[in-house]
Amino acid sequence: MTQSHRLASGGRIDRSKAVRFTFDGHSFDGFAGDTLASALLAHGVHLMGRSFKYHRPRGPIAAGSEEPNALIQLDDGNGRTDPNTRATVIELFAGLRAESQNRWPSLERDVGVINDLFSPMFPAAFYYKTFMWPKSWWESVYEPFIRAAAGLGHAPTMADPDRYAHRHAHCDLLVVGAGPAGLAAALAAGRKGGRVILVDENNALGGSLLNDADGPLEAWLAEVSSELAGLDHVTVLTRTTLTAYYDHNYLTALERITDHTGLVDGKSPRQRLWRIRAGRVVLATGAIERTLVFAGNDRPGVMLASAARTYLHRYAVLVGRTPLIFTNNDSAYRAALDMRAAGTSIAAIVDIRSNPQGALIDAARGDGIRIHTGSVVVGTDGRHRVHQASIARIGADGRLSETLGRPLACDCVLMSGGWNPNVSLFSQGRGRLRFDDALAAFVPDRAMQAVECAGACAGTMTTAGALSEGAEAGGGGIDLPAVEDIVEGPLQPVWAVPSDRTGSRPKAFVDFQNDVTAKDLGIAVREGMVSIEHVKRFTTTGMATDQGKTSNVNALAIVAGQLDAAIPAVGTTTFRPPYTPQTFGAIVGSGRGRLFDPVRKTPMHGWAEANGAVFEDVGNWKRARYFPRPGEDMHGAVQRECMQVRETCGLMDASTLGKIDIQGKDAREFLNRVYTNAWMKLAPGKCRYGLMLRDDGFVFDDGVTACIADDHFHMTTTTGGAPRVLAWLEDLSQTEWPDLEVYFTSVTEQWATMTISGPNAREVLAPLVSEDISTDALPHMAWMEATVAGVKGRIFRISFTGEVSFEVNVPAGYGQSVWEAIVERGKVRELCVYGTETMHVLRAEKGYIIVGQETDGTATPFDLGMDWIVSAKKPDFIGKRGLERPDLKAADRKQLVGLLTKDPDMVLEEGAQVTASDRITIPMPMIGHVTSSYMSSNCGRSIALAMVRGGHALNGRTLHVPQLDGSVVDVTVTGTVFFDIEGARIHG
Amino acid sequence: MQRYSIVSIARNALTGHRNWQRAWRSPEPKPSYDAVIIGGGGHGLGTAYYLAKEHGLTNIAVLEKGWLGGGNTGRNTTIIRSNYLYDESAALYDHAVKLWEGLSQELNYNTMYSPRGVMMLAHNVHDVQVFKRHIYANRLNGVDNEWLTPEQAKAYCPPLDIRRDARYPVMGAALQRRGGTARHDAVAWGYARGADALGVDIIQNCEVTGIRRDGDKVIGVETMRGYIQAPKVGVVAAGNTTVVMDMAGVRMPLESYPLQALVSEPVKPVFPCVVMSNTVHAYISQSDKGELVIGAGTDQFTSYSQRGGFHIIEHTLEAILELFPVFSRMRMLRQWGGIVDVTPDRSPILAKTPVRGLYVNCGWGTGGFKATPGSAHTFAHTIARDEPHPINAPFTLERFRTGRLIDEAAAAAVAH
Repeated sequence: MTQSHRLASGGRIDRSKAVRFTFDGHSFDGFAGDTLASALLAHGVHLMGRSFKYHRPRGPIAAGSEEPNALIQLDDGNGRTDPNTRATVIELFAGLRAESQNRWPSLERDVGVINDLFSPMFPAAFYYKTFMWPKSWWESVYEPFIRAAAGLGHAPTMADPDRYAHRHAHCDLLVVGAGPAGLAAALAAGRKGGRVILVDENNALGGSLLNDADGPLEAWLAEVSSELAGLDHVTVLTRTTLTAYYDHNYLTALERITDHTGLVDGKSPRQRLWRIRAGRVVLATGAIERTLVFAGNDRPGVMLASAARTYLHRYAVLVGRTPLIFTNNDSAYRAALDMRAAGTSIAAIVDIRSNPQGALIDAARGDGIRIHTGSVVVGTDGRHRVHQASIARIGADGRLSETLGRPLACDCVLMSGGWNPNVSLFSQGRGRLRFDDALAAFVPDRAMQAVECAGACAGTMTTAGALSEGAEAGGGGIDLPAVEDIVEGPLQPVWAVPSDRTGSRPKAFVDFQNDVTAKDLGIAVREGMVSIEHVKRFTTTGMATDQGKTSNVNALAIVAGQLDAAIPAVGTTTFRPPYTPQTFGAIVGSGRGRLFDPVRKTPMHGWAEANGAVFEDVGNWKRARYFPRPGEDMHGAVQRECMQVRETCGLMDASTLGKIDIQGKDAREFLNRVYTNAWMKLAPGKCRYGLMLRDDGFVFDDGVTACIADDHFHMTTTTGGAPRVLAWLEDLSQTEWPDLEVYFTSVTEQWATMTISGPNAREVLAPLVSEDISTDALPHMAWMEATVAGVKGRIFRISFTGEVSFEVNVPAGYGQSVWEAIVERGKVRELCVYGTETMHVLRAEKGYIIVGQETDGTATPFDLGMDWIVSAKKPDFIGKRGLERPDLKAADRKQLVGLLTKDPDMVLEEGAQVTASDRITIPMPMIGHVTSSYMSSNCGRSIALAMVRGGHALNGRTLHVPQLDGSVVDVTVTGTVFFDIEGARIHG
Repeated sequence: MQRYSIVSIARNALTGHRNWQRAWRSPEPKPSYDAVIIGGGGHGLGTAYYLAKEHGLTNIAVLEKGWLGGGNTGRNTTIIRSNYLYDESAALYDHAVKLWEGLSQELNYNTMYSPRGVMMLAHNVHDVQVFKRHIYANRLNGVDNEWLTPEQAKAYCPPLDIRRDARYPVMGAALQRRGGTARHDAVAWGYARGADALGVDIIQNCEVTGIRRDGDKVIGVETMRGYIQAPKVGVVAAGNTTVVMDMAGVRMPLESYPLQALVSEPVKPVFPCVVMSNTVHAYISQSDKGELVIGAGTDQFTSYSQRGGFHIIEHTLEAILELFPVFSRMRMLRQWGGIVDVTPDRSPILAKTPVRGLYVNCGWGTGGFKATPGSAHTFAHTIARDEPHPINAPFTLERFRTGRLIDEAAAAAVAH
């Protein structure tokens, strides 16, 4: 196909580089520097998409990121598929494959258009009023149908082959927008030596200058660009959209790195998210032209007048050959003049104003362009492209008077409803807006952060004004080029242009993508949706992927008109981040897979891996769960490990246990307050088990703490609880008891911890230790400095198995070598290495609790049968007051008991509920639940722990555990210790 | 009330939709009501509806400082489920689910309750234990909840990644098939329209600035639009409950946190259910419009500002991509925040207060939307009869003093 609408010269495209691409399977040519939209328009193609609800044929109305209509699915066939991408910002590259969306079977012949025929049945919010009968059809018929009809493009179904990067940056001044105002600001600040970041969503600097014919500022743009590029402390980012403005001048910007190249080298990230903390921000984000709301304003070929100029000047593309201009202000006259100069035949300028005056109007008249003043477009015709427009005169009262003869033939309608300062980011940053009557738009009013607006963003609509405001905002002191702006006359808003066409067919769209018409807004108001937020939600206006950039003020004004209220009284809806949609992948950056959450590994992890361990996730640790031998399943391995620990001995990696080094003269007092038991007399060299409660009296964490010296303790916590315990201690120390001198250091990763446990434990360990570790020298609940396998460390005589146990701590770097020495030494004593699952079984055999398994945040020490650990003498400890509450002393609380199934081979499922009755009735009263349940070869049967209402008084009673299959298992309540009930083995 | 139906739409189509009536009036506040409800969200409007419908209290008003449903009702991710652990919670939330099932017909307003199934993922042994406990308890309470293997979970939700070598592999899931979503705005509007039709005055832009007491008894409220006498006042003010109750001199065991959510651009159907994962911190569903609706966690710090930190959004999307890597190229369209009021046991307070005639419905934390009809229904009973309905009786203010907590967070370790 030929580029029928491309001018022979001009534009900022590179004509030496032809670029071939496909759209809906058809092949097209464009040039480097084109967007997909400009390249298609160069071929005279306007039809690029279908609307959300009525499937109306649509073409682009804009040339930038504000585009609501021309949404495209990009797909390279290798997983790079991007739905809902605006054709107006897709930079062309060779091989680009674009597909239109939301149509079937084809863009030209879309059966969905039937919705348009039935549109009288689909007014705003119709779905709230119907689809309720018969009731079951919502799920089975209506909703699936609505869902299939909704949505636009298709989500990717393959993994994303690209990667994304993050960058943190700080600067004195962040300038958003590289038009005249932004460039002047960046230059002024940059020359003063400040760290400046200048971002712009376009592929080149210049902003509005890029959309104009070569002018007097062209040379200035080149100079400034090159000067900024030469300043080391100035960072210039093009193709970078400032997406969000958060609190404390924290902003995010999305830089597109490979999207425009089509190259996939695997090295460059696709996009980079900048997270910027700025001393000051200058918003020079320009203004966005508004659409006019008139019947048939959505027909392909109808577009913003400024967009037509952009296509003309930047891409050398004529969007039509017989343009009709429809405006309420002077700016669109520029489009008429430029299109005329480019050789088109202007059908007419239709100006709402009855008597427009000024240089631009004079110029148009001078060019012989027909101007219909005091007139409006009341309708357009054309199936996939506008081919004529009807004109009528409009009176001062807003009513139509006479229709202007025959419709005017045209192949595009260039509309301008005035300009909205682009205040989205200012508003995101909590800046307050005010309504400016002259502009008929919202402008920045009061900033809530260190931010200034400059140029059109601030409502200053002249280039000279933008330059000087920008320079000023950047710190001033630079010479500016002389610019003479043509003075423009006032605009005259007509928010909803009346139509003389009747029925539902002539629709005047406010929100193009979501198919919201002026009439829909009327329905919303009529139904009592008086808040603009309600109107938005009721009609979905402004909620499409363009977030209403071209339409929101129109919607607001129409609603104000319906309510007979002033526009500022209606207010605005909230501008929410991001400014334009932002890729999930870019937000996540490299935080995927292994980097999603760091994997913590113990010093002995490598050994465990090499020896066939199966791991489990505990917090972000990987813990060896069991060590199966060839052919062994988990059950087999665990039973073997369990028996061997009690028969000979076992070795377990306990390095993940939280360890907190506590020092300071008040360390002891501090411990005495956070644990429930007494700590004032624990001597150096001794250890004690402690239980921590929350304020409310419920168990929070537990562990053994050793007294290193009078002012020095080594606390251990549960693996999962370590971070929250440390945070809790710090919280208490810093906010509750700042008078106590105590310091906490997490030393979890400083120490490799290995537990050697069982009858042979001492025999295995003793030869490796330089010191005496006999029971006399190192009794149960004592610790000592020791040299183990040549490494200085600590040995704690504490046990979680009920066997004689030594917990060896050595500096982490020596962990694996000491471990290997113990394993080697253990060979003669049948030492087995075991994992967490065996640890769980062994401790359950002894009735030791695991915080988080037996307890769930609702258990007191008394519930657990641990009355002995709660000091009655201490004046206070955390949780003491909570424990005093009546319900925490009630007799019917859930209490920890043992359960034995009648069938010794039956292993209950953890989480199963315990009932008093064996007859299942729904709902069924439940009196407890199984917290731990295992097959115990050491006991020769299954064992279970459970929390049961009033359980301590139920010893010997038969209770029941209903199964998910409807059967019921009988259980007998027992004590919580199943093995070595006297507890003799631990002291051996 | 003008009935809504396909027929009424057709009839109105003939007149160009010019004859639709207001869904609710916009009356001036009267000097006195039999009861006022402070807060025009789903819970407050629903309370007014049931007060009028089931208890004959029609001389009542709902006072809303902004616009109806503008708080958490209009900001949440619309997840509905009732697979809570404790009997008290299961009863309350299941009461709500039963009301959800007939709510569109009850209100003659399509609230789009969509039981698409809520699947909660287990990623470690502890999760499995917790979910199994829920399933056992739920079954005996008559609440549906079932265990799925990773393969079954994948079949139920095809975009789910169940690779064993994922950072936190899916070890299984608990599925409540009756769980799902509903249309949040429709809930507020449907209740408002229903209540209005029964004579309730719904007054927007009417901020309450004071609560007047006579001794230990409430007698009325000060508002921006004047004093309103009322012997009964129901406070349903979500994140602002502490502020409102302060006006009556009642300190609440609540903390208010920002909670954020986001949506993607709309795409064709790709996500058939609701998926929640507590361990990787994410929840996600797809709206009827096609947007992926994604819930984030709360910020760490208390705040009354409806804005949260961006790092929360980052972590949430990390989790989403961990579970659903195919969504990497999807784009975030919009993000926002709301303020949730959280109790020490993460269960709500639906109760009388030490002040006679003053009732409070709050503390829903991150999970209040699902309870809307059940909460409103039982709260209306509490206000009308001056005693709680059996279902909300355990949800007292007193329980924080007695210790009779309903600690779903501790028990479940699951986001609501």
